[in-house]
Amino acid sequence: MKYAFFPGCVSRGGCPELYPAVLKVCERLDIELEEMYGASCTGSGILQEKNEFLGDTLNARTFAMAEQMGLPIMTICSTCQGVMSQANKRLRDDPAHLAEVNETLKEEGLEYRGTAEIKHIMWIMVEDIGIEELKKKFVRALPDLKLAPFYGCYIVRPSWALEFDSHPGRERSLEALIEAVGATVVDFSGKTRCCGFPILTINEKNSLAMVANHTSEAQSLGADAMVTPCPLCHLNLDSFQPKAASQNGIRIHMPILHLPQLVGLALGFSPKEMGLGRHIVSPRRIEEKVAEAAKV
Amino acid sequence: MQVTLAIKRFNPESDKPQPHYEEFTVDVEEHFTVLDSLIKVREEVDESLALRCSCRASICGSCAMRVEGHATLACKTKLISVMDGQSKVRIEPMTNQPVIKDLVVDMKPFWDKIRDVEPWLQPQEPEPEDEYIAPNEAMIHLTGVMGCIMCGACVSDCTVLEVDPNFLGPAALAKAYRFVGDPRDDADKHRLKELSKYTGIWDCTRCYECVEVCPKGVAPMDRIMALRDRAIAAGFDGNYGARHTEAFSDLVEHSGWLDELRMIPKTFGMFNPLSLGPLLGMIPIGLRALRRRKLPPIRHKSIPGVKNVRRIFKKVEARK
Repeated sequence: MKYAFFPGCVSRGGCPELYPAVLKVCERLDIELEEMYGASCTGSGILQEKNEFLGDTLNARTFAMAEQMGLPIMTICSTCQGVMSQANKRLRDDPAHLAEVNETLKEEGLEYRGTAEIKHIMWIMVEDIGIEELKKKFVRALPDLKLAPFYGCYIVRPSWALEFDSHPGRERSLEALIEAVGATVVDFSGKTRCCGFPILTINEKNSLAMVANHTSEAQSLGADAMVTPCPLCHLNLDSFQPKAASQNGIRIHMPILHLPQLVGLALGFSPKEMGLGRHIVSPRRIEEKVAEAAKV
Repeated sequence: MQVTLAIKRFNPESDKPQPHYEEFTVDVEEHFTVLDSLIKVREEVDESLALRCSCRASICGSCAMRVEGHATLACKTKLISVMDGQSKVRIEPMTNQPVIKDLVVDMKPFWDKIRDVEPWLQPQEPEPEDEYIAPNEAMIHLTGVMGCIMCGACVSDCTVLEVDPNFLGPAALAKAYRFVGDPRDDADKHRLKELSKYTGIWDCTRCYECVEVCPKGVAPMDRIMALRDRAIAAGFDGNYGARHTEAFSDLVEHSGWLDELRMIPKTFGMFNPLSLGPLLGMIPIGLRALRRRKLPPIRHKSIPGVKNVRRIFKKVEARK
């Protein structure tokens, strides 16, 4: 099982704990990775609002590189996944658009033929490895953990880009993985809502109000932590949680786990190896419960 | 087949007005819409159930409500499509709008915001003798947005309105685009200036909820993005939203990927006195991140072959 690895910006930027955790988890899951060092940022939806053609051209460049490598692409970010899925759909559905984009790529000796497959690590675990196979590799169950799933917008919307019809397991993939590690899913209304990150520097008050709402809702429902497949959500929900709590005048302590970290804990990695110590909101409660599970 | 409708009810005239769920089990046909089943409840079980409906054909926009947690037109939604193997369906009034009774919400805030964007043509030229003529090709891009039936579904599920009721919201902003994009309208500058203020186009989080729930394919968020592009092009580029977009674009063009450390000062502007507050506010966040080593690399390296990314930027932007 081999993928062209597209790590995105934030796993090597504001969430530097994610990138090494992913490498460790993939190695143990026998997922071979060939990193796409020359691939650019997806545009994150921001470049697209200025110029969708520019965004599609940059993404087609990445897709063409993956075609040359002969590999499907693995992403580790809901935003990267969503933006690339949207671009791929537009390029595949419109041959004239694809031809125009290829005209720009030609100078670099690249051509996108429309065959790239782009998969978030969450989907790879559920679809390509499969929950039962995955469970065979787990060395510890985490039955004492209550975890609230938080998807990140772009891996659930817009549905026209995300192939839910042909991959019905995707809509519940995060809950399926939480259950696979033996933890309890805390379902909550914020699960597929916006974390507020895109407007953090534009309207901080609104952005932080979203952080406060989601983390305090998860807390009130008894969650030990929230789990997210999106590092952008992590950045806002974790790094800005203390400020959000103080803005809204409430006490919140809600650790946020990257999905690969959670899987890594079940695979037997220590919280330290998964970089939990680098989070802003201390996940000590999680560390204690993992230590308990390790004793069993 | 039988279905149980779990309906969120609220009666302001009851002794203790409290929103609560009431369950009604009714016999339904396979072809029933959510609206068919609600009407059956009202006619056969509880005539006090309040709901709005009229055309029953997704044209009038009266019956928007939340079904299984998402806003939709009750008349357009087949019961079977939301049951997903279960026999119970949750039905609630739209959110982000005050509930009058049961499934009926007060649309006044909705209409006030539509009015705020001045939804009428404002031509500068002298009035023609007959009608204003617009060429077909100049109007085609507006056909999608003209399909809006003002049902309020997008407003109901907007993530920003949930935290800020002052946000103009997806319906009003889509309506604004309908006039900014109209070749007969000459108030673009005035409109884009107003829309660039707080509560306008830059407060949208791009979460796609409105695109997902709109029953008529209006895609309000896409219209908001088009307004942002037009606002920057019209010179309204001094606000944090426009600066954020420009900073992001510059940084990706320069190194091929995002240099997060430079993103914040570049958005706020280092020498902008108004930015002192937001910049100082980031210091505790930065210190906490430093203590945990949760920071982007100080030295941000360009991706290999970045010259190709820069070439694409130049070529595509020139094409625009």
